[in-house]
Amino acid sequence: MTAGTSPLTALRVTQRNLLVYRRTWRGSVFGSFLTPLLYLGALGVGLGSFIAAQDTDALGGFTYLQFLGPGLLASTCMQTASFEATFPIMGKISWRRNYEAILATPLQVHHLLFGEAGWMTFRLTSISTVFLIVLVIFGIPTSPLALLAIPAAILTGLAFFLAIMAFTATQKNDAGFAAIFRFVVNPLFLFSGTFFPVDRLPDGLEFIASLTPLYHGVALVRGVVLAGPDLASWPVHLAYLVVFSSIAGFLAYTTLRRRLVK
Amino acid sequence: MLDGRPALGRMIPALTAGTISAPMTTTPDVLIRARALTKQFGALTAVDGVDFDVHVGEAFGFLGPNGAGKTSTMRMIACSSPMSSGELSVVGMNPTKQGAQIKARLGVVPQIDNLDAELTVLENLLMYARYFDIPGESARARAAELLDFVQLTDRANDQVEPLSGGMKRRLTIARALINEPELILLDEPTTGLDPQARHLVWDRLYRLKSRGVTLVITTHYMDEAEQLCDRLVVMDHAKIVAEGSPRELIERYSTREVLELRLTDATRASLNGRLDSVAERVEDLPDRILLYAADGEQALEKIHAQQIPIESALVRRSTLEDVFLRLTGRTLIE
Repeated sequence: MTAGTSPLTALRVTQRNLLVYRRTWRGSVFGSFLTPLLYLGALGVGLGSFIAAQDTDALGGFTYLQFLGPGLLASTCMQTASFEATFPIMGKISWRRNYEAILATPLQVHHLLFGEAGWMTFRLTSISTVFLIVLVIFGIPTSPLALLAIPAAILTGLAFFLAIMAFTATQKNDAGFAAIFRFVVNPLFLFSGTFFPVDRLPDGLEFIASLTPLYHGVALVRGVVLAGPDLASWPVHLAYLVVFSSIAGFLAYTTLRRRLVK
Repeated sequence: MLDGRPALGRMIPALTAGTISAPMTTTPDVLIRARALTKQFGALTAVDGVDFDVHVGEAFGFLGPNGAGKTSTMRMIACSSPMSSGELSVVGMNPTKQGAQIKARLGVVPQIDNLDAELTVLENLLMYARYFDIPGESARARAAELLDFVQLTDRANDQVEPLSGGMKRRLTIARALINEPELILLDEPTTGLDPQARHLVWDRLYRLKSRGVTLVITTHYMDEAEQLCDRLVVMDHAKIVAEGSPRELIERYSTREVLELRLTDATRASLNGRLDSVAERVEDLPDRILLYAADGEQALEKIHAQQIPIESALVRRSTLEDVFLRLTGRTLIE
């Protein structure tokens, strides 16, 4: 058997990241699990107690906690995936040159990409599973359909992971990452339907928000968790995320290859 | 992979004509063959039409100042960098089409260590073995042998990050040997190491060579080239400017001995070329004068006979450094 010919070879890269994660997982717990829980407590339970009394029609008849929970699940996946696509990938490209080491073996650039995507899928699976359990504890999901929130959240995360990885592969240093978080990730977190329905935005902004991947991710996750009005439009959201991720994946491959093979 | 026998003992490549798959126009004992090999980065030509052959079992050196094109050449051999034009064959295969198969048979020691800093010494080797599809049991046996070979057995379970530069280098070398390569590419293997660490690395490389492994080394250390290389090429400005064994190059481009003279400024000002007849070549440096001669003592006697007052004189054998400086100049390259 010649190494590098099987598509499963990409799993070696996943395995390498898991091996490293065994040493470094503690640092990721706060961002991936505790911070979203603080939001859920402060906004969902605390702030939500005001909203519940007034205006649940705008939330599709659900309490604010029910509305917010699945939205936070999708945005947490976006945030973790976005972070993972910046500094850690940059480290492997140029600071610690791990990709150079791997590419000196029979593995090729597409193995790196699929291996990283496999690793990201593992992270997103663990985050969304824990998050879904928390939602169950809060009594938020309305049917077993809620289990589909896990693949929906993974897809949301992968869309961002691949798109930002494509960006990272073009960067000389980490200066551009602050801009990614300031002008992309954080605005999406605030305005793509996680905290309030996008129809509350002015028309122009509502349209822009509805074009972002997080909007579709939030709508898909919320649809399956609450089995509410969002559920009807699931094919649109799913198709959007699949197409977006495919294009992002292709761009990530192209930029990474240009960066690493020259 | 290992079939029970000590693997390092088996590293003598069974490289007869029959085992080379799909040979190009190479003779059986040519492991790397380059003709008009060229690498361009946009308008910059990093490697400009170089020709060379590396034979099985030899230690072959690329010598040259920074930016001469050594690393670019190495990266093309390692199939990490596609060539722009020319012809290249590595272990009998074509890097453009058979990169993965070639890499399976190479060991690469890069200029800058790229170990997995978060993993332990042993894990670095085991993980690398996975990339070559080496089964777990063989990988563990092989890793244990290699740690012993590079004297890191007692650090096997330590994390890589706090290790010294010399230890990281040795681990990188061990990692490059995990797939029992028949050809090892070393890009400036001892740059940045202290003398003890350098000698240990040299010793290990020498042992590999004596086991029949082919080494290709880039360096700008003359002593390293003289110690390790059977044959070398000197690169300058993207081209090969000389080729031969260290001995041959010294004979061709220098004299057997060099006389280093220090004179007072007044004496130097009054020389009027009187030294030219004493040696084959005279080089005027700011702090001293170098006289290249077959017999340095004889040259010194002639100078004494001319009653030129000397502050100090030193006769030494010519080194590769003399060749190198003659071929690539004394101007600082930056």
